[in-house]
Amino acid sequence: MAVKTASGAPAALPAGATAQPGKKGFWAWLNRRMPLDEFIASQLTGYYAPKNFNIWYFFGSLALLVLVVQLLSGIYLTMFYKVGEGSSFDSVEYIMREVDYGWLIRYLHSTGASAFFIVVYLHMYRALLYGSYRAPRELLWLIGMLIYFALMAEAFMGYVLPWGNMSFWGAQVIVNLFGTIPGIGPGLVEWIRGDYAIADATVNRFFAMHVALLPLALLLLVLLHLVALRQAGSNNPDGIEIKEKLGPDGHPLDGIPFHPYYTVKDVVGVGVFGVLFAIVVFFVPTLGGLFLESPNFEPANPLSTPEHIAPAWYFTPYYAILRAVPDQRLGALLLVLAVALFLFLPWLDRSPVKSMRYKGWMSRTALALFTVAVLVLGYLGLQPAQGLYVMLARLFAVIYFAYFLLMPIYTKLDPVKPLPERLTYHAH
Amino acid sequence: MADHAVVADEEVDLSRRKFLTGATIATGAVGVAFAAVPFIESWSPSERARAQGAPVELDISKIDPGQMAVPVWRKTPIYVVRRTPDMIAHVTGHDSELKDPKSEDSDQPEYAKNTLRSRSEEYLVLIGVCTHLGCLPKQRFAAGELYPNWPGGFFCPCHGSRFDLAGRVFDGSPASTNLRVPRYSYPNPRTLLIGEDEKGVA
Repeated sequence: MAVKTASGAPAALPAGATAQPGKKGFWAWLNRRMPLDEFIASQLTGYYAPKNFNIWYFFGSLALLVLVVQLLSGIYLTMFYKVGEGSSFDSVEYIMREVDYGWLIRYLHSTGASAFFIVVYLHMYRALLYGSYRAPRELLWLIGMLIYFALMAEAFMGYVLPWGNMSFWGAQVIVNLFGTIPGIGPGLVEWIRGDYAIADATVNRFFAMHVALLPLALLLLVLLHLVALRQAGSNNPDGIEIKEKLGPDGHPLDGIPFHPYYTVKDVVGVGVFGVLFAIVVFFVPTLGGLFLESPNFEPANPLSTPEHIAPAWYFTPYYAILRAVPDQRLGALLLVLAVALFLFLPWLDRSPVKSMRYKGWMSRTALALFTVAVLVLGYLGLQPAQGLYVMLARLFAVIYFAYFLLMPIYTKLDPVKPLPERLTYHAH
Repeated sequence: MADHAVVADEEVDLSRRKFLTGATIATGAVGVAFAAVPFIESWSPSERARAQGAPVELDISKIDPGQMAVPVWRKTPIYVVRRTPDMIAHVTGHDSELKDPKSEDSDQPEYAKNTLRSRSEEYLVLIGVCTHLGCLPKQRFAAGELYPNWPGGFFCPCHGSRFDLAGRVFDGSPASTNLRVPRYSYPNPRTLLIGEDEKGVA
């Protein structure tokens, strides 16, 4: 349904006139005090998105859904969780065994954490495929990367809260990375921990960050991400700007209103995602140690290291890069670089086209190699750092960095295909 | 009441306005910086953490020759070994098998940067945490215990790092540096003080 003006004709936007001063009723009363109709018209029914979105365009709305799941399940967990060196582990066991449906709330939260990274990684991969980071969407991409960074911090600190042995040793390894910064390192580590070891003070402040500061930051960044998206407009699989071809009504010829067209599409995505999510929560909440690791089912013990320390799966590509380098300081530096290089993508890509559909074999090969490198590094990060594994990690780390550092060269040399005038779209 | 005259655009002193805006922002920034101090400082180890992390005393006369005591300092096990003359003799003679025989890339106070890595020949004081990934190395003090020419030392069960009786790491171990040495001193011949030396508290 399109927006209707008072006369019943489709609205021409901006539809500020929908406040309907003469109208009666509760909705009209509300609208005279809050621009509800205007908001819906400008953000949903009047937001024109390209009509050729495909399966890659599900993950933005799914990320929003998972954020809501995490906020709700997280708030409920804080009602039963007791932070502290002596109480964290026991209170999580209490939630699992004695709180009615406590196990469900916790598994929703732990599965939600992994689901968050799955949808965010797919969402980012979509941007790599179709050049969604390119002008005029650089800021949109940068805000998205900040969301990713906040999410990484959120996930890491959340992982420490159950105070299992892997929580403790994971925190130990990650916090010690800050110790490799020349000069201020050791002092900085002590400041982060608030003690001479990972201790009560550490888990307490991580809790505060995890449940208050970082969620607030995430919400604000998500809002900014959406605002920036509304300003620049959605990219699409063809990587051409629909705003350049406007119809007589002032709307893009190849655009359709976000609501109802994409809200309906996203509901299908939510349905499929919900089924997969429920299967994990109810049948395989640990997913064979990938979503929840067995060493974390024993309490933190500073005097006993787990057999081998591996982070949660969503950090393993970076962890493999860290361990591939013989020098600890250089390893930490490359780890930071591996994350930070994404920030520079809008300026590294010099191709005249945005989408992989029109890029040539060089860009396609580069992305394919990068994809393989990330997957292999992700696998290697879960394995012990020995022999062949380390050599492979080095090889694929080189490919990983080459994807970014050589991008200005290969995107320029790449033979591209001509762009279409209008979106490629086949009606069903 | 004073007259409120609207100032015409051309009468606005823009450089003055710019200066005042800049000065306001600068003053505000200084205020924010000062206000941030307590919040940043609050993350430093608290009085309680500092008290619990205070130096630890150990009566070393109670350790039998060839034995090891493991006091805990700052939640970290400290290995204190009373080496026999035979054990001391076994520290030398395998420099070529070590990664860092002179402890140049390792972490220890100046007074422990020697072959025996200790202040006195007899007592070895080490942080009992493997420099590889933080596991706790086991004592394998008897010569030949691991293999025929094993000179005695420590063996990490996690990833197989080996260290001699001065905590120096052998080639072929995943650890790349020698076991760390904490700051320590002897306030009197019977007492070892871990975590404090002439330079103060660690």
